[in-house]
Amino acid sequence: MTATETPAAQTPATDSPARETLTSPAGNPLGFGRMLRKEDVRFVRGQGHYVDDLVLPGMLHGAILRSSYAHARIVSIDTSAAEAHPKVKAVITGKILETLKLAWMPSLSGDVVAVLATDKVRFQGQEVAFVIAEDEYSARDALELIEVEYEPLPAVVDARRALDSDAPVIRDDLEGRTDNHIYDWEAGDAAACDEVFANAPVVVAQDIIYPRVHPAPMETCGTVAHMDKVTGKLTVWTTTQAPHAHRTVYALVAGLPEHKIQVISPDIGGGFGNKVGIYPGYVLAIVGSIVTGVPVKWMEDRSENLMSTSFARDYHMHGEIASTRDGKILGLRVNVLADHGAFNGVAQPTKFPAGFFHVFTGSYDYPAAHCKVTAVYTNKALGGVAYACSFRITEAVYLVERMVDCLAFELGMDPAALRMKNLLRPEQFPYTSPTGWEYDSGEYPRALAEAMRIAGYDELRAEQSRRREDAKKPGADPAALLMGVGVSFFTEAVGAGPRKHMDILGLGMADGCELRLHPTGKAQLRLSVQTQGQGHETTFAQIVSHVIGIPPEDIEVIHGDTDNTPFGLGTYGSRSTPVSGAAAAVAAQRIKEKARVIAAAALECSVDDLEWEHGRWFVKGDPSQGKTIAEIAMAAHSSLELPEGVEGHLDASVVYNPPNLTYPFGAYICVVDVDPQTGAVKVRRFIAVDDCGPRINPMIVEGQVHGGLADGVGMALMEVIAFDSDGNNLGGSFMDYLLPTSMECPSWELGETVTPSPHHPIGVKGVGESATVGSPPAVVNAVLDALQIRAADMPFTPAATWRALQGRPLRPDLAIE
Amino acid sequence: MQVPAPFTYERAGSVDEALSLLGRYGPEARLVAGGHSLIPMMKLRLARPEALIDINGLAELDYIRVDGDHLAIGALTRHASVLDSPVLREHYRIFAEAERVIADPLVRNRGTVGGSLCQADPSEDLSAVFAALRGEVVVRSASGTRRVALREFHVGPYETAVGDGEILVEVRVPIRTSVGSAYEKVERRAGDWSIAAVGAFVVLDGDVISDVGIGITAVGAEHFTCQAAEELLLGSSVQDALVETAAATCAAACNPSVDQRGPEDYKRHLVSVLASRALHRSISAARGEVA
Amino acid sequence: MMKVQIEVNGKETSAEVDDRLLLVHYLRNTLGLTGTHWGCDTSNCGACAVWLDGIPVKSCTTLAAMADGASVRTVEGLEGDALDPVQQGFIEEHGLQCGFCTPGMMMTARALLDQVPDPDEATIREAISGNLCRCTGYENIVRAIRWAARHEAAAREQQSAHEPQGAAL
Repeated sequence: MTATETPAAQTPATDSPARETLTSPAGNPLGFGRMLRKEDVRFVRGQGHYVDDLVLPGMLHGAILRSSYAHARIVSIDTSAAEAHPKVKAVITGKILETLKLAWMPSLSGDVVAVLATDKVRFQGQEVAFVIAEDEYSARDALELIEVEYEPLPAVVDARRALDSDAPVIRDDLEGRTDNHIYDWEAGDAAACDEVFANAPVVVAQDIIYPRVHPAPMETCGTVAHMDKVTGKLTVWTTTQAPHAHRTVYALVAGLPEHKIQVISPDIGGGFGNKVGIYPGYVLAIVGSIVTGVPVKWMEDRSENLMSTSFARDYHMHGEIASTRDGKILGLRVNVLADHGAFNGVAQPTKFPAGFFHVFTGSYDYPAAHCKVTAVYTNKALGGVAYACSFRITEAVYLVERMVDCLAFELGMDPAALRMKNLLRPEQFPYTSPTGWEYDSGEYPRALAEAMRIAGYDELRAEQSRRREDAKKPGADPAALLMGVGVSFFTEAVGAGPRKHMDILGLGMADGCELRLHPTGKAQLRLSVQTQGQGHETTFAQIVSHVIGIPPEDIEVIHGDTDNTPFGLGTYGSRSTPVSGAAAAVAAQRIKEKARVIAAAALECSVDDLEWEHGRWFVKGDPSQGKTIAEIAMAAHSSLELPEGVEGHLDASVVYNPPNLTYPFGAYICVVDVDPQTGAVKVRRFIAVDDCGPRINPMIVEGQVHGGLADGVGMALMEVIAFDSDGNNLGGSFMDYLLPTSMECPSWELGETVTPSPHHPIGVKGVGESATVGSPPAVVNAVLDALQIRAADMPFTPAATWRALQGRPLRPDLAIE
Repeated sequence: MQVPAPFTYERAGSVDEALSLLGRYGPEARLVAGGHSLIPMMKLRLARPEALIDINGLAELDYIRVDGDHLAIGALTRHASVLDSPVLREHYRIFAEAERVIADPLVRNRGTVGGSLCQADPSEDLSAVFAALRGEVVVRSASGTRRVALREFHVGPYETAVGDGEILVEVRVPIRTSVGSAYEKVERRAGDWSIAAVGAFVVLDGDVISDVGIGITAVGAEHFTCQAAEELLLGSSVQDALVETAAATCAAACNPSVDQRGPEDYKRHLVSVLASRALHRSISAARGEVA
Repeated sequence: MMKVQIEVNGKETSAEVDDRLLLVHYLRNTLGLTGTHWGCDTSNCGACAVWLDGIPVKSCTTLAAMADGASVRTVEGLEGDALDPVQQGFIEEHGLQCGFCTPGMMMTARALLDQVPDPDEATIREAISGNLCRCTGYENIVRAIRWAARHEAAAREQQSAHEPQGAAL
């Protein structure tokens, strides 16, 4: 079933605003509106079920020995002392996996990843051996009994040195590999760009680093695997955002029959992209269960999470922006050096090795754009697309929003005015960007104007001018805070995606969905996507309620269990609502249409005589003659004679193939105060105007935005995983990898505009990552505005801010000096 | 989750019992009170004592009181109690100002004054506070008690003058009049260790600085202080330029390490800024000006 | 190995445990009270926060042995006949998303409100600064705690309004 076959409404079905104010017996909206979350009661009562909460009879515990070196040849591994530990059941090494042909597994992007190192270790924290013991304490004790002899090798730490002719070759496991180059990839028109830039009155160039950061969900990653030797069935409870994709990969990797694999993703303590990929620990738990014949649990600790699972970003960008003297942007081009770590393990649609980075032209109207991305191996953990980034759109938006500010700086223009001058106009939509994206809808100037209104932008600038004048006066306080105002505007491209263009490991990115109405009119909705806190159990019930009018509390959302849900690619890249949300809406629309046929049979009239309102079909001109969905559901299961060709029951099964991505957007303004003497930055205010189309549950949407804004503050001010010259990870615990607390986050000020997606059945767009994408440049632009300098790289720790003010900025990705 | 290596747990019900347990287990025993710093080190297996002696039951060491011309703080006093103590607040605002930025409220509920000093992290805040105030610690052993000036207490990173078979039982600070004190800390984020922090007290006799103390943490200041800066100020009348010189002296005298909290030049600069601020605010407070 | 006796949520519990057993593991593994989570290893995140003798502490860096003879309260002991106002506030104000930090956050919040019944925003932010949340950006957690404070105040008012009548009987 493709979208073109789907009778998808071309305009959102928010046709009857009055209906949205109707409430269910439980007081919930029948459709869109603020509704408390159905999932919350179990969480506040401590009754959530996370992977580590699971205990199975006879379950053993695994622990992973990890490399202390960034790059070293393995000379020998002696596991005898560990095996002699009274509570140890098995010790697995790469050599053992080799005999099972499981030492390597495919990455999500065409590379191979070591499950356990065989020849050498390639980053600090890489998996070297797996101990299975009766309890976690013993397993971890036994790790200390394993003796590994390493022959240390020089490490490639600085991505900029990775392609040097004398750089050590990291991936000598790959046939014929003589350097650390992974790929070059281009988008846009280089020649057209060259011409525009050659003739442009103003060109501003800037090096920009988006340093390596980590999604660091509060729950780390882990798995309980149980291979039932009698039935041959493998059940895997795991922290995954994509249970179906994991099932298929396990079948492909291990040669296990896919119908005998059940992947269960129970409650997940945050994902943010960290739980998309398959980690060696998951595979090891499965192997462990196969070897021991009993369930095996493996949960990583926080250091393992930060040091070995998918990092995000690590883009070294050289941008150039061209404009007229009065600030009309003419073109943007960028060269990127992408640090992918020791394995190319990015998770993104196959045809896009740099994810959706080529949406970097952003929200502005100019003809010329070109990007070239060169990816390299380094002796660091793998990953590359994670942390709520919408497949590298975070990097893209950071680039364009920093470049626009650099241009404003050079032109002496107000950054909001410069943006307003260049934003795409509403009449340009649908808009095809210079790199080939078709933006479905947008009303950008309205969003920016709304953000400026909420912020009191002119007053803020007036206050800033006053303060700057005061600072010049004799006897001015040298400790007076420097005020900065930062603006960013972002366009997201989410809801991957049309199967023709988008797949992961050859699996098209369409989502299945099943809706069943029980005879009494209660419903079950089965989804392929998996919530990690986004509130799917509520939002998706509201989608169905919106279409067929039954109370959302009467709709059970079932997800996260491959045996009980249809296939789909999972929750990441803000794709759940754009793709599975559409699937749910279409399924409900089909139910509604089938209900019409059944109602006509029950009422002994023609379907054309029926009209729909408030969850019931009734006879035109005689509202007393009608059937509610619940009545129709009973009729559908009854002995009522149905018209020729109409089956009984009231179920629908849909696979939704999105015709395009959706393009949420927003305008953000951040106000900071910087202590010029200490470099300490305080976020005073943050204004976020988001347009994600109609809001199914405004409360949940706002919560999603809040969380993303905190991410932005974190990345802009404190989050970074840096390395020393030996490749030692300097962000390996929460003492060193700093997440923002309640003290660094201001009280967020939100606004909204509503521009429905023209192609989504209910007009909605994804919002999960909007704020993570949009907020870092707003904070950074604010800090730089306060310092009155053009550029420096985040995170703006006090030291980095002060050094930027001194004109000697720090490089964030490497150990300080 | 990370877990500690095996050890034997013992609980002491009195100081004498704790001393006897220390005697029994020898140098590989560690005392534990709050545990929110020591146990993470044990989980990371950076510390692996053979025995842990739990002294949380020593209620006799949980007090803050005026003892003649001194303030006496029992070793088992929790950070939260120091933060909230009206007695300490009355005499030295530096306590509340420092405590408010030590770790986070939950850790402050559990962590103790004695534990913090004996953990002897080179970035620990109370070390700077007590160094500034010229406090002394009371150490007990089976053979009696001895007193050690806080400025002689630290013998290296994570190493103190408390020997095997000894327990720090109390910290004492002289009560001063016409005194003002302050604590200035910059951290990367709430709850993080200091990038640098400076505490100070100033006693004014008219406009003359008749007593002064400076405490510095996280930047390798010898004995968590800067005696040269104190000497510069002592006996002088209050002048902005002199305070700046003293602050610069602190910056020059410290020995910061380069790490993710910052490069050396920044840390030195920060010491000078924070020393200046702490001294100025101490002077204002000594003058009775409302900060 | 040693025997510990710990009152957990008002009930006596007891077990033979390893000397090094962490309190969070005693609660989760020995007692099966999995509402208490852990998120780091280093006293930083507060997902493991429980009350020890009435005071919130981090149970992943506290030993079960240290709680011997003490009372512990966990998220499972928060509700009485109805949800605690803090629990209800987290629902009403969307103070949770993935729910992982929520138990620790609520234990901290409950302790705050017992000490400071009407905390302002700054007080709340400081009180929860040792509890990390990756989902909410803290805004709705602050609102949730304010919600609980407001509703408890209203309940107190209602109670005191009824008291004179009660006294007259």
